[in-house]
Amino acid sequence: MNGAHDMGGMHGMGPIDTDPNDPLFHAEWDKRAFAITLALGFHGRWNIDTSRHARENRHPADYLGSSYYEIWFKGVERLAVETGLVSAEELATGEPAAISQTPPPDPARVAAILAKGASAKLDDDVPAKFNAGTKVRVLDITTPGHTRVPRYCRGRIGTIDRDHGVYVFPDTHAHGLGKKPQHCYSVRFGGRDLWGDAAPSNDTIYVDLWDDYLEAAP
Amino acid sequence: MGGHDHSHGHNHSHGHGHPHAAPASPLAERVKSLEALLVAKKLVDPDSLNALIDTYEHKVGPRNGAKVVARAWSDPAYKERLLRDATTAIAEFGFTGRQGEDMVVVENTPAIHNMVVCTLCSCYPWPVLGLPPVWYKSAPYRSRAVMDPRGVLREFGTVLGDEVEVRVWDSTAELRYLVLPERPAGTEGFSEEQLAELVTRDSMIGVTRAKTPESVP
Repeated sequence: MNGAHDMGGMHGMGPIDTDPNDPLFHAEWDKRAFAITLALGFHGRWNIDTSRHARENRHPADYLGSSYYEIWFKGVERLAVETGLVSAEELATGEPAAISQTPPPDPARVAAILAKGASAKLDDDVPAKFNAGTKVRVLDITTPGHTRVPRYCRGRIGTIDRDHGVYVFPDTHAHGLGKKPQHCYSVRFGGRDLWGDAAPSNDTIYVDLWDDYLEAAP
Repeated sequence: MGGHDHSHGHNHSHGHGHPHAAPASPLAERVKSLEALLVAKKLVDPDSLNALIDTYEHKVGPRNGAKVVARAWSDPAYKERLLRDATTAIAEFGFTGRQGEDMVVVENTPAIHNMVVCTLCSCYPWPVLGLPPVWYKSAPYRSRAVMDPRGVLREFGTVLGDEVEVRVWDSTAELRYLVLPERPAGTEGFSEEQLAELVTRDSMIGVTRAKTPESVP
């Protein structure tokens, strides 16, 4: 989707607050929102692509007007209801109508769950469409669904820098349409190929892109 | 969950790099209320919530990445492993898992300066750097890092010669990037522990250089 989250190349966002001592959390509630998001995710009702889409698929004013963990919180609220972990009425009243029959993981296992992670890399034997060094053009994709093609590189020509291997494809995975295993590459773009001749000639931008986003350059 | 439910009147100063002003209490109340509901429904264990917060507040952070960098500076064989297969080399320290499942390390040299961004959200290598700082998640950094990297670097006080190539890595997939900064001059004979003291979080994102020995008391 062409949402407010896709910020690369937008103007007017102002200077960066570079304070190296800025705390990771600014209030008790954002710590709790962060932890709730991870802990509820342990139930496996959604994947990382679903959760990104739940955060991004909202009015641009809502996205830009919300702090970071506020967006996370709104995302997890939505996912909890959409997947039936919580009913809309329970969310509205705060009163539990039913107790979960699937207990959450033992708190003693949290560290092990985090250390294990969940790689999106797959063992599927899928041929790569492109080799390192090949020139490719990014398809000019416009979809209302989830995608990881930033707008700033759509339609632009770059070069395959390296093949990362076979990965879950987010555009289908976010919508319950399967993992669609395919190669994901680091694609190298010249700064001038993205931003025009005013850009320095020796800026390069690397974007990780999947086979389904690319075609051979004409 | 409509599009316009931020009518809770808190005073964000958006557009000025501070999207994290103190929230109004309605949001804090909503979070509290959801947590209570989830605990009552036995969907989350409050001890797990505390463990999650404690992990990223106190246990997993940029000191991990600094150890990796210090070893790469000290041990050429380790550096070779790190650049060839970062995930495995970083796992030698036990730094694995969530948001660092598949790692790539990129090396700064006198001719090449690397920096990392996630323009679409805030992808960041948790096992080696912990949770991202506010600026990394902010609209000013995400919008400009790919379009004006040298301007962004100048805001961090990092001025590069025109001849230096700037490489920006936009973490749009599930690869997570760590910058191996240049080893500062004057650190011959330093132990890994001494070297790690010079490695900052921001130098491993690639917006600054590592500290010099003169700058550390």
